[in-house]
Amino acid sequence: MTTSTSAQSLWQRVTAPLSSGPTAYAFLTFYVVVCSVLLLTNPRTELSTDIVFVLFMLSMLVAYRSRVSAWFKVTLGAIALGIVLPYFGTLNPFYIDVATQAGIFTALALGLNVVVGFAGLLDLGYVAFFAVGAYAWAIFSTPQISNINPAWSPVDPIMFYPFLVIGLILGLITGVLLGLPVLRLRGDYLAIVTLGFGEVIRVVANNLDRPINVTNGSQGIRDIERPPLILVDLVRNLGVQADDNRLYQLFFYYLVLIILLLTVIVVAHLKNSRIGRAWEAIREDEVAAVAQGIPRVRMKLLAFAIGASFAGVMGVVFAAKQLFINPPTFDLLRSINILVMVILGGMGSIPGTMLGAIIVTMLDLQILPRTAAVIREAQAAGLPIPRQFDPTQYQRLFFGLLLVVMMIFRPEGLWPDERRREEQHEVEVGEEELEADKTVASTSADTGR
Amino acid sequence: MALLEATHITKVFGGLVAVNDVTFTVEPGSIVSVIGPNGAGKTTFFNVLTGIYKPDKGQVIFAGQDITGWRSDQIAALGMRRTFQNIRLFGNMTVLENVLIGMHVHLKASIWSIIFRSRNMVREEAKARNKAIELLDFVGIADKRNELAKNLPYGDQRRLEIARALAGDPKIILLDEPTAGMNPHETTEATQLIRRLRDERGITVILIEHDMRLVMSISERITVLDYGSKIAEGDVQAIRTNPRVIEAYLGRGAAGHAA
Repeated sequence: MTTSTSAQSLWQRVTAPLSSGPTAYAFLTFYVVVCSVLLLTNPRTELSTDIVFVLFMLSMLVAYRSRVSAWFKVTLGAIALGIVLPYFGTLNPFYIDVATQAGIFTALALGLNVVVGFAGLLDLGYVAFFAVGAYAWAIFSTPQISNINPAWSPVDPIMFYPFLVIGLILGLITGVLLGLPVLRLRGDYLAIVTLGFGEVIRVVANNLDRPINVTNGSQGIRDIERPPLILVDLVRNLGVQADDNRLYQLFFYYLVLIILLLTVIVVAHLKNSRIGRAWEAIREDEVAAVAQGIPRVRMKLLAFAIGASFAGVMGVVFAAKQLFINPPTFDLLRSINILVMVILGGMGSIPGTMLGAIIVTMLDLQILPRTAAVIREAQAAGLPIPRQFDPTQYQRLFFGLLLVVMMIFRPEGLWPDERRREEQHEVEVGEEELEADKTVASTSADTGR
Repeated sequence: MALLEATHITKVFGGLVAVNDVTFTVEPGSIVSVIGPNGAGKTTFFNVLTGIYKPDKGQVIFAGQDITGWRSDQIAALGMRRTFQNIRLFGNMTVLENVLIGMHVHLKASIWSIIFRSRNMVREEAKARNKAIELLDFVGIADKRNELAKNLPYGDQRRLEIARALAGDPKIILLDEPTAGMNPHETTEATQLIRRLRDERGITVILIEHDMRLVMSISERITVLDYGSKIAEGDVQAIRTNPRVIEAYLGRGAAGHAA
């Protein structure tokens, strides 16, 4: 008991000066610069780079939590994510791809967070809306479209941009169509229906190669069009020496970054509004919420539709980025993966969801495969590790364990939703907390001696 | 004209007639009580009035509109608000947010103005916030507005529920046992608060209550339910001396002694 409190207060004593005041600015700048230098001077693909990369991503969260001025956070974020990371990406394309994937899934997790976290509707088929967006662009941008009607030919790649909006609308419509009949159901039943719906979409994609070949069945659709690169000459003039593939990686990175930014803003605005409050009220106590005049079904439908529309947009981006999609891309595990991001980070919490999404994607794409590689090297060097042991094979087990541990020790998530307080009050409370922390720190230090 | 007119309301659950042919009228600006022994159907009657249950028979007319069969949220939006017997606050939200939720139907910001955080939306939110604080001040817990609702002491939770109901600018407010579980001091304070609802804000109050002292001191009319049926109705004096009421409360034989 005593050790745990003193350990905690030691932690607080170390971090308190680093998270506020002038030291915070120095610390954050130092942190980001060191990570950037380490990344840029060592652009190889190995475990140490992975660790630095994760630390680099974490710096954004540290900055977010620190009590420094908003413009400083924004500048730091813009430099780190807008300049350093893409530049690093030109040195090592693997990481820019990881970052883009993380961005796509962060946006998806934020969308699912609206449904599950804000409104409390357990949706186990969220990936279906993602599939709808992805297949929309895949079908319309490839000769698949001619199978539906021979008179139609694939749309011009520039149509990718309007298709982002079309993907959003398709997601929205699908969300409403699914939501209308099922949102009158209570929790468990809703989960089962959405689970079924997710599978239905996948199976439809799998079997819609006959009688008319729309989705090309289990073989998937390949050679999906990418939008024409805009500003390509400008970038080349800046001295970036890269072939088209590299440029596309950068392009998708920035595109995802922009969409993600918009997503965060929209979600945050919704949360701090009458709509966000209504969702939260429905989640807390449906009967009491309705007694306050909140139209239950309409509000749930809105949450469903908004969540689905984010997935629709990202589906279009995903299809164009991957160039190839097939039904297994959108299986149940993918839905569950996104749900894990939300639960791991903290349901209803925007920074938490983002953290969860980044952790899960990093584990998935980077850390587990890399650990596997390291273990294989150790095996080759003669260390007695059984051949069968390959962390990538145990990925699901690992996530399962992670969830079990989380639910036992921290059911509210890594970064639970912090109650909004009135701005004025926030300052007061903040200072009181700091004072209290200092007192605790000093008293426990005294008793320690 | 009466503000609320419920005629021949019947609600049946399986074989149990929870509310049996009850007719009930409330004049604007009055405080009326519904009393009766446990299981008399008082809360069920409230649930029928507020749209949580649909009546099997009968008609409810509120503020000149036939609201029979309306959804609960529509009735609430029309200006009938309630509190719950077993307090139903949004426990993990702050006190202030609870009141803001009560204001939901009066906030008009469209989804677009919310997404773009338009100036109108910001202004509306600020206004709502001020009004919520004013209401919390009215019930006397404005200083606790940033606490989580679940962390409030019991009496304050009751007050918050009233503030939340007030946030909807109700014409009528239905209080389901507002002093249940309170000590005598808290009950006195609650009584004053209920009176102020009517006197200072002009809100009509319907009360379900077991505390007879409170009922007798505050009500202008009293309706007595027993086994789902209305057995008596009238002013305090009439109810106090009504033999059927005394019998329902104290059992057969007691009526003679009391009279």
